[in-house]
This record gives sequence, structure tokens and C-alpha cells, in this order.
Amino acid sequence: MDYQTILAEEKNAVGYLTFNRPKQLNSFNESMHQEVSQTLKAWAKDPNIRAVVISAEGRGFCAGQDLGDRVVDPNADAPDLGLSIEKYYNPLIKLITEMPKPVICAVNGVAAGAGANIALACDVVIAAQSASFIQAFCRLGLVPDSGGTWFLPRLVGRAQAMGLAMLGDKIPAEKAVQLGMIWQCVADDQLKAEAAKMAEHLATQPTYGLSLIKKAINAAAGNNLDEQLLLERDLQRLAGRSSDYKEGVQAFMQKRTPEFRGC
Amino acid sequence: MEFLKSQQVKSGVMLIELNRPEKRNALNNATLQELVTLLKHIDADISIKTVVITGNEQCFAAGADLNELAALDVVSIQQDQRPLLWKQIDEFSKPIIVAVNGFAFGAGFELALHGDIVLTGENAQFALPEIGLGMLPGAGGTQRLARLVGQQLTMRWAMTGERISAQTALQHGISSQICPTPLTVQYAIELAEKIAKQAPLAIRVIKQSLKSIHEVTLSQGLKQERQHFVWLAATQDRQEGINAFLEKRQPKFRGV
Repeated sequence: MDYQTILAEEKNAVGYLTFNRPKQLNSFNESMHQEVSQTLKAWAKDPNIRAVVISAEGRGFCAGQDLGDRVVDPNADAPDLGLSIEKYYNPLIKLITEMPKPVICAVNGVAAGAGANIALACDVVIAAQSASFIQAFCRLGLVPDSGGTWFLPRLVGRAQAMGLAMLGDKIPAEKAVQLGMIWQCVADDQLKAEAAKMAEHLATQPTYGLSLIKKAINAAAGNNLDEQLLLERDLQRLAGRSSDYKEGVQAFMQKRTPEFRGC
Repeated sequence: MEFLKSQQVKSGVMLIELNRPEKRNALNNATLQELVTLLKHIDADISIKTVVITGNEQCFAAGADLNELAALDVVSIQQDQRPLLWKQIDEFSKPIIVAVNGFAFGAGFELALHGDIVLTGENAQFALPEIGLGMLPGAGGTQRLARLVGQQLTMRWAMTGERISAQTALQHGISSQICPTPLTVQYAIELAEKIAKQAPLAIRVIKQSLKSIHEVTLSQGLKQERQHFVWLAATQDRQEGINAFLEKRQPKFRGV
């Protein structure tokens, strides 16, 4: 598939989605939204893709919304910023969080505004040492969107979330790991290799089981313990019917490496 | 049967699946007629205690058959048999558990509203999209839904055709449980089985008693409830139920 704003590559059961507007620090415009959504939708349905890596070209990861698309004429009517959120950002966050397979984010540089929160929506976030996260919204009088106000307090707790969202400081990758905001920080030149290694490993794992884990952990945020225990029962019921579970148990009994098929 | 599949899945439980997948289980006259005929047999069969109605994992029923509807003018629509068919479904005396996965739109939603207990999958979506066709729901959609969730939401949903998520449906009492989609039918069957083990005559009057709440005043309803209560005192199952409780054992109900 030929895209203008992204690269989409499929290799060893991994889908690599790379934002490709390096000059604009990979900020989103309409066609980028369309291309990203089209790619992620296709991979969500494709049983041959068993893990997804989101990354970016150039020195930045994603600067969020391309403000060139949003020139504000001081004399014009107030813009409706809810519109692009409703149409593009919210569906994008849902595509990532509802993707029935692991989504890894390889943050290669600055992730600002919606760009930071798109990264935080992914299941496992690996960042290069020189990468950073900025909740830039407060500086423009805006609110963290793309799930930012939902993810942040869950990832780092209320106190840190408030500080991050109200002060808009630049958080280096290592600090982000310390805060519990992301999974791992690696040397810049190791980022692509580490992300690919993790994705290729996950792509050999019980994909259906992983999707149920993702579902359970995401649902936990809205459930009390009783509800979550019931959900765990339900999901375990489903997991127990999968062929990967059978294979896992058999491989264990036969003392061999399991070969999971993802279903 | 062409448009339905039915099988006894557990002791006393009949599973009925709408089976017109290429038409997203659109409820044409023939499907409704099959359903009515089947329910009539089940009503007369004492071995079946409860019924589960479902579609498939993607779709419960996407509405009425528009080709059939389009063919009806104002005269022929007055002679239409459909209202009679719906009435017969409404008069079925045994519990109906409805398991909704995917779309339950228009007549599909209205069929679900005929269920005594509704379970949905996480992917369930209800809607009354008739308004988009210049019509209104014609099988109790405005009436049953308003009695369930109130006038406000029903007005909104019937006037806009907006989709209603599984979560919203649960919140407003359209369903009593959300299940992971692949488990909805299993859980509906388990619930049906639980009910199938109860005293059939008591189940029957519970259904009657609850179905009449919108027909009668509270004082009349309380009177009816009392009559049912007294009437059950004449049944052997009531004696068995009480004995089993006192003797700390499982009751064996026989429907007498």
C-alpha cells in the first residue's frame, strides 16, 4: 500500500506503522489520520498480524495535531476543537486500546500533545534515551486529549498526573520510566531493534490470550473487584477454549517449546 | 423450518436461533410465522420449561424485511397478519430469555422487548431506526420501551434512531446482564436452565403477574398477586418446595 504520511510494513507477523512526516515532527493532519486508521483497522482484522509496532521517522515521534491545520484568526468565530477529536483522535485511541493484539510504541523522539497520549495508549511503550514526553496542552489553554486525562492518573497517580498536565514540563524518557509512565528506556541506536525483538517475541505468543489480558486490564479501570473477578472468570472460560491453551499445556507436559497459533 | 433453528439444549430448555444470516436475520413474515408456530408447540409441550431466543454472534436481528414492508399500501397494511403474530408471541406462557449479540434494530429490538429476561453481549447495539424510513416502530417499540426506560429516552431514541450500546441498555434496564460476546448464549442457557428447574406453575404465575403490571392498577395488581399466591397453595410443588427447604434437600418439582 502506498501512503503519503506513514509507512506500513508487515514482517514476521508484525505490523510496523511508522509516522512519516519528519519535517513536521510527524504531527497529524487529515490524511495522516485516514492512513493510520486504515492501516490499524486492517491489522486488527488480519490474523496473520499478531503484534503491532508504532514508531516514527526523523528526530521526533509525534507533535500531536498539526497546528498549521488550525490557524486561528482572532476575529473569526471560535473553532470547534471537539470536531477533530470526535472524528479522528478518539477513534484512533479506541483502535489502539481495542486492538485484539499487543501494540508496542517505540518512541524515538519528542512526543508532545496528542502525540504523547497516543504513545501512552499503547500496551507497551519503549522510548529512546533522548525521547521525551510533553503534555503541551496547558500552554495553549487546552485540555490533554486523546485519553491523556484518563491514562495519566492511572499510569503515574493523581499527583504526578496533575503536575504533568498543568505544568506541561518536558519529561525525559528515563524519568518517564521512573514515574511508571512507560515500560522501558533504551539507547537511541537500540530502539528499533529492541522494539522489533519484543514484537517478534509477542507475535509468537498466544495472541488471543494476550488480547484477553489487554481487555481485562483495560476493563479493570472501570470495574470494582467483584466485577473484575467475574470478568476474569469469563475471560478464563474463553481462554481455556483456545487451541493455544491446549498447545501450551501439551508442550509443558511433553517438555518442548510450544508453537502458538494465536487462536 | 427455513429461517429458524431449534434444539433442546438442556433438560427443559429450548434454544431457538434466528437463522437468516444473509439477511442479517431480518424478521420477515415467514420467520415470525415459524416462530409463532414453534412457540405454540412449546407451549403445549410440558417437557420444555423455558425458551432462549438468539441470533448469531454478529447480529440478533437487523429489523423487519423492508421489501415486504414496501409492498404494503394503506389498505393492505390494515389486513396485515403481523400484529396477530406479535400478539401470539406476547401470549406465550413460558419464560423467554433473549440473548442479544450484535445488532437488534427495529423489529429485532422489538422482538428482544418481548423477552422476559434479556442478556446481551458486549457488542450488542439496539436501535429504533424506523424514523429514518419515515415510519415508527410498529411492534410495540414505542410502548414497551417507554414502559421499560421511560418517556424521555424512548422519545429520543425513537425520534433519532440513535444506537444504544450494551452498557446503556444495561444501565436502563433493557437487559439484565452484559456477557463477553462468545459467552452470551451459554449464559442465557444457564439462566434458562436455572429457571427450568423451578416449580413450573409458580414460574407461570410470576410471568403472568409481571406481564400485567402495565395493564392494571397497583391495587388490582396486588389483588391478582394475592390470588396467584393463594392458588399456588393448592399445588403439590409448593408443598414439595417447603418440605425440601425444611429437610435441607433439593426440591423435585413436577409441575402439579
